[in-house]
Order: sequence, then structure tokens, then C-alpha cells
Amino acid sequence: MTRWTPDPTFYPSPSDAAGAPAEKLAYVAAFDRAASRPDALAVIDTDPSSPAYGTVVGWTDLPGTGDELHHFGWNACSSALCPNAPHPHVERRYLVVPGLRSSRIHIYDTKDRISPELVKVIEPEELARRAGYSRPHTVHCGPEGLYVSALGGADGREGPGGIAVLDHTSFEVVGQWELDRGPQYLAYDFWWHINQDVLISSEWGTPSMIEDGLVGELLLGRKYGHKLHFWDLRKRTHVQEVDLGDEHQMPLELRPAHDPTRLYGFVGVVTSVEDLSASVWLWFHEDGRWQARKVISIPAEPAAADLLPPILQPFGAVPPLVTDLALSVDDQRLYVSCWGTGELKQFDVSDPYRPVELGSVRVGGIARRSPHPAEPGLALRGGPQMVEVSRDGRRVYVTNSLYGAWDDQFYPDGVGAWMAKIDTDSFTFDTRFFPHGDAFRGLRPHQVRLQGGDASSDSYCYP
Amino acid sequence: MTLATVLLLGAFHGLNPAMGWLFAVARGLQERSMDRLLQSIPMIALGHLASVALVALVVAATGSLVTGTVLSVGGGVVLVGFGLWRLLSRRHFRWVGMRLSLWQLAGWSFLMSSAHGAGLMLLPVFTGLHAEGHPGHAVSGGLGVAALHTLAMFGVALAVAVPVYRVAGLAVLRRAWFNVDRMWAVALVAAGAITLAQV
Repeated sequence: MTRWTPDPTFYPSPSDAAGAPAEKLAYVAAFDRAASRPDALAVIDTDPSSPAYGTVVGWTDLPGTGDELHHFGWNACSSALCPNAPHPHVERRYLVVPGLRSSRIHIYDTKDRISPELVKVIEPEELARRAGYSRPHTVHCGPEGLYVSALGGADGREGPGGIAVLDHTSFEVVGQWELDRGPQYLAYDFWWHINQDVLISSEWGTPSMIEDGLVGELLLGRKYGHKLHFWDLRKRTHVQEVDLGDEHQMPLELRPAHDPTRLYGFVGVVTSVEDLSASVWLWFHEDGRWQARKVISIPAEPAAADLLPPILQPFGAVPPLVTDLALSVDDQRLYVSCWGTGELKQFDVSDPYRPVELGSVRVGGIARRSPHPAEPGLALRGGPQMVEVSRDGRRVYVTNSLYGAWDDQFYPDGVGAWMAKIDTDSFTFDTRFFPHGDAFRGLRPHQVRLQGGDASSDSYCYP
Repeated sequence: MTLATVLLLGAFHGLNPAMGWLFAVARGLQERSMDRLLQSIPMIALGHLASVALVALVVAATGSLVTGTVLSVGGGVVLVGFGLWRLLSRRHFRWVGMRLSLWQLAGWSFLMSSAHGAGLMLLPVFTGLHAEGHPGHAVSGGLGVAALHTLAMFGVALAVAVPVYRVAGLAVLRRAWFNVDRMWAVALVAAGAITLAQV
């Protein structure tokens, strides 16, 4: 049922959203690497005044097994206030939770309960038949529906990957979003400059390139994705591709400016095959065309071979592996995860062309295994991976698993399971917040969504 | 009484963010340009006028073929039905895209007004006009009503959009954007019932 006044978690502009109250709960996707038990949504208490602060207070098992939860999103967000197709009286209430491996999409109700409750499952057959896709990944609440990116094609086809549109009330698959995909074949993340009718998509690999682990020959052969694609959001057509250069393998997460009058954004590149460095690129629109420029480069760290997994021993170094990044809602701070070296970096990006590093924290890492200050004696595996920023920009949350098969290659002893919170003013860990180990009941945590919205959940139509 | 109803309904449409003024403000904010806002509102009013006038013309044309009673009953049934559909349907009108030309904006407004049943709301007035006079009168009278209605809508939309753009800011939306769609659906049903009661 619709509301009489707009959902209080919808904000017209990013500056309004930055004044939002602090989140009280965080939802975390957690998956079972063995695929023998159901994956789950874990709910963490993020209210510092609560006695249960920093602990798992809610838990919902998925109905099946082998889903490999990864990313997820809300049924509605601040884009509902956009004037072209306003529907401000719907509720931000349902989590749309795709299984990246199973291709099932789950809809969970979060209203008036701690542990979400399943209301619908979209079977892989429906996604395949209506949209022609499999391996659903990123979810964004758009002006006229839910957009879900997918890595693979239907009926065993490897590709092309692309975007499916879901009805945002019935949650039925409406169809394939692209009318003309041009040269685009690989898919991964997407987002938009909503006010300019521009959609951006990035590239990872097809199902066979990722599901059994990173394939060394493909990486050295520069076969993983290395391009950005720019689309007309209204006409649903491909406009331009920007090639970062095939040495820059795997541009993944896309973080456009929240300010709807600005046409730039950041994308992280996992690794360069030339020197194992990772990088962050800025895309921008200048001289009538889309361009991209490397604005941050993070070098590999030399390490003794006995500290390295077999996949890295020939190189004698740990690649930073930038696998996620987050841009604060006010577009002033960029947080970059280095999952390989176990580091989270904070940059001032008030001038997006010239990021300035402000701080860094260490936790986990392939060679370092840095402990969390809450348990200084406990060496940690995995590294900061998924990173999410609160709407007011004061808190950052990280979890430590990348993707099952890839976890195993870079952390052969397992990544364990942990989540951490960093206060951004001091840029230090909150020692009261460290759910880890058995808290996740043997599952590995991945994306975090904050109650009411976060820095990667909402888009705004008004400056 | 009728004139006041026509103007009040126009004002009500002008007040509804979903029917235009909000898009005008957004277009102004996109380019930080008051001119762009001021150019947008007349086009939105034009689309609204077309939507309302269409209903007026349909009523006038139908009225020359059937008796006033049939028209009133038919109109009443349409209103109640449309109102119930708006009330119970969970769908909302869709039009993708934020970068529209001025003519596309007029088209958007036409579709938005039609989808919200803006012209239908005036059905009791249009059928009343028909019952009073001869068909020619119904056409000119109906279009006159549509024009007056749109003028009121235009005035209110302008009166809301400019201060919101200049002073108030859009945070006001979060509290003040009352769900007029739902209220509107109830009103449509009521208008239909009134039309039927007059028969």
C-alpha cells in the first residue's frame, strides 16, 4: 500500500540526504562457499547506544542453497522523487537479492521486523525467458523500474551480459533493457547520471571466466574486461565505449558523482598485467565525448614467496586488487579497498581530477594478515573488500570476502569472516564494532546495505 | 458555483507536484536557470489544456448523439470506474528520461494529465453544460471551461514553482508532497457519484 506522505528515507538532493539520521541496522549478504547450507542475510546492529551494538541481531536463511549472494539493492529510493515519473509514496521496504551463481532473485520484506522475510522468488527461467540473461548482479532502483545487471546469457550462453528491467511493484521481469547494445558483450556493474539520461556499465567476464576462479591464461592474455560503456538511458542504446587499455584488467565498481549536475565518476581497476598495480579512473564528459583518465595508481607490494599463494608465487609480490570503492554522498571522499594488500585508503576528491590521499588503515591482507585493533592477537585473512559509506559520510563499513572461487585462490586457507567499521573523521577502526568468526555462522560476508539507504543505493534528480 | 469549481480544480492540479511544477523546477535546477523554469510552465499548461479540452470535445461530440441523461449516466460510470482503478491499481504513469525538449515536455504533461484523469474530473461540469444548452454552446462552453481551468492551474503552478526554486528548496517535498493520487482517486469516485445523482 502506498503512503500519504513520501517515504522519509527519500531525499530530493544529495545535500539533503547527507543530513539523514544515522543507520540503526546494516544488512549483510553472506554465502556458504561449500553451497551445502543456505546463504543468508545477516542483520547487524549499528546503533552505538544499543546493548547489541556491533553484533548480529537478525538472520534470514535463503530458501535454497548455492545462490552465492553478492550484491543487492532496494525496491525504491530517492529516484522516486524524480519529476518525470514521480512515485514518492511507495515505501523503501523490499530488498532485491540476486544469487550470482544460481540466477535466482529473491525479494525480502524488511518492514517492522529485524530479520527480513521472503515474499517472492524470481526463478532463473523467468529471467532467462523474459530478459535473456543469467547471473544477476547489481540492483538499482530507477525512475521507471528496477534495473538488474547480469553477467551471462540465457540457456547456457556465455553472453552477452546486460541489464534486465523488473517491475518495481510486482517484481516481475519486464524484459531486456538494451535496444541496441553496439559492441558491448561483457557486463558487470552499472549506474547512471540520472538527470542527463546517461547510463554507464563496466566489464568483468562471462560465467566460465569467473565461476571456477580467475583464469591465469585469460588474465595474461588480457581477455577480461577493460572498457567502460556509455548509454542513452532513455533510448536504451549504446552511445560510446571507452577502452582503458587492455593491460588494465577488470574495471568493476562504478561510482558516479551524486550531484546531478556533474558528469564524472570513479571506477576501480582490479589489476594491471604489466606491474600488478591497481588503479582508479575518472570518467568525464569533455569536448563532446566521454573520456577516462587514471587518477590513482596503487603499486604491488613485494613479499617473500613463502607468504604467497601459488597463484602469486611467480611474481614475488602482492597486488593491491582494488575490488570495490565508495564515494561519499557529498562527493568529497573516495574510499578504495585493496583486498590483496589488506588496506583501505581514504582520498579527498573535492577536485576529482586530482585525488589526495588523506589516510589509510590496514586489516588482513595476503602477506600482512594485520589484526583488527579490537583483537590485536588475531591474524586476519581476507582484506577490506565491499565498502559502504553512511549517508552522512561519517562511517564506513567493510566486509572481507570477494567471490568464493577467487577467495580460494588468493587466500587458500580461507578468508574467514569479518566486518569492520571505520570512523571517517579520525579514520580509525571502531573497536566496539567487529563482528567476526562464528558471528557469521560459517558464511562469508559480502555486500553491506544500510537501513534507509547509503552512498551507493540512491540517485538524486535535484542538485 | 460551477466557475468556482472549475477554478478550484485548476488550482488543485497546479498544486500537484506530479502534474508539472516540480518538473519545471527540476529543469530550472538542471541549468541553474530561472528562464528555463519559466519556459517550462507554459508548455506544461499547454499539455494540460490539451488533455482537458479533449474530454470537453468528446463530451460535446457525444452529447449531440445521445440524450443528456445517457451522457450523465455514462460519464458517471466512467468516473467511478476510473477512480476505483486509480485507487486500487498499484501502477504509476511512466515516461523515461529527464532531458526533454519543450514540445516533449508538453507531450509529457498531456500524458500525465490524462493518466491522472484531469479532464475526467471536469465531466460533471461538461455534462452540465450540455444539459443546459444546444450542442454548439457545449463545444465553446466546454473549451472555455478547459481554458479557465488551465489558467488557474498555470497560475498556481507558477506561484509554487518560483518560490520553491528561489527560496524554499526541495526539502519541503519530503513533508508536503501529500499523496494526491490517492485523494484524487476518491475525488473521482465522488465526482462520478455526483454526476449520477444529478440524473
